[in-house]
Amino acid sequence: MENRFGKITTIEKVMELFHDGLVLMFGGFGGVGSPPALIDGILEKGIQGLTLIGNDTGFPHIGIGKIVSNERASKVIASHIGSNPIAGKLMHEGKLEVEFSPQGILVERIRAGGVGLPGILSDIGIGNEIVTRNKPQMTLNGKNYLIETALTAEISIVYAKKADEFGNLVYDKSARNTNPLVAMAGDITIAEVEEMVPLGHLNPEEIITPGVFVDYIIPTKGVNWKWAWE
Amino acid sequence: MGLGIEIRNKMARRAAEEIQHGMVVNLGIGIPSLVPNHLPKDLLVMFHAENGITGMGPSPKKGEEDENLCNAGGFPVTLNIGGSYCDSSIAFGMIRRGKVDMTILGSLQVSERGDLANWIVPGKKVPGMGGAMELAQKAKKVVVLMNHCDKQGNPKIVKECTLPLTSAACVDLIITDLAVFQVNETGLVLTELFAPYDLAAIKEKTGCPFTVNGQVRNIAY
Repeated sequence: MENRFGKITTIEKVMELFHDGLVLMFGGFGGVGSPPALIDGILEKGIQGLTLIGNDTGFPHIGIGKIVSNERASKVIASHIGSNPIAGKLMHEGKLEVEFSPQGILVERIRAGGVGLPGILSDIGIGNEIVTRNKPQMTLNGKNYLIETALTAEISIVYAKKADEFGNLVYDKSARNTNPLVAMAGDITIAEVEEMVPLGHLNPEEIITPGVFVDYIIPTKGVNWKWAWE
Repeated sequence: MGLGIEIRNKMARRAAEEIQHGMVVNLGIGIPSLVPNHLPKDLLVMFHAENGITGMGPSPKKGEEDENLCNAGGFPVTLNIGGSYCDSSIAFGMIRRGKVDMTILGSLQVSERGDLANWIVPGKKVPGMGGAMELAQKAKKVVVLMNHCDKQGNPKIVKECTLPLTSAACVDLIITDLAVFQVNETGLVLTELFAPYDLAAIKEKTGCPFTVNGQVRNIAY
């Protein structure tokens, strides 16, 4: 296949971009839709001190959970860590800083970052001290709102079903979840994909993430973990 | 959970009575996930999942699971006809915009004002709020399905929640293994009893006062 945009590359090549202390955003929900090869690449390269931004911390051996379980993250911004008890253990031991954000607000903060907005106004958790802590508030049209800051990352990693040469992405069922939002919010976005097709082979009406948001495309060998339900 | 499947199914069956044709409904994990088993087959309901499914169907047969089609708890589901996928921001947009008619969820405590505490036990269990705050605050109707008492026998329906709140004054209906309460402006109203429990048993196991509906229904299924 042609590579006229220079986006199609290898896991070895993109791993050169990863360094200790990186702020990394990841797509996926409970491991579904998280990119397995990139996660393993981070583990194998020995990257440490990551700040992870994403929906949840997966399960101990599933998705981004692998990175958390191997103590490669120093901070996580997520809505839920309950399915990965190791994340909770590390948090209680003071080895992992966790910032909780209500799930829909977390993805909206990511979306804001991805579409060039500095933040959003929200009334979710407005009376809740754990949510409102350290956040400015403002009144608009007589109602009180929290100012929730936008989130971006040095690198975003996503998992898609198909990409064309330009990086236009199509996802698969509920594996879409946070991926289209995360894809927009990375300074550099890497898509791990099941299938690469030539330009013109994706139906323009069905493309979910326009390739302008995607910098690199690498092939996947698919999920290499055993799901909790298996 | 500590409740037998028979009792869990009774609670789910009672919750299913709340669901009407055409509703968009979000189900939490645990007992709420049993609710669809108790709905009439011809009832058209769109089940909503936070991870971007509208029109979620039942679990697939063993061997027919699709790893990319899972509910918010990470377990395989199917898609009903008319169903659709969206990203997480749209899924929560539906919730905040008031398009989700009902959420049925579990809880650790509920207060007499309908305060919901279902996300953390400080120092013990801090899983994070997930989507519970949006659902509790913005779903049109919030139905709680929970044991009447905790494992130590303490009431879970209380005057003031001692656990951190998920959302204040949001619960509309409480269904326990013993009884059903409506939450209205003046407090809790007991409307139904599960056989064989009587009013005295409920009073003893409930941590706040409540009024009793004129005609209490006895649920015998």
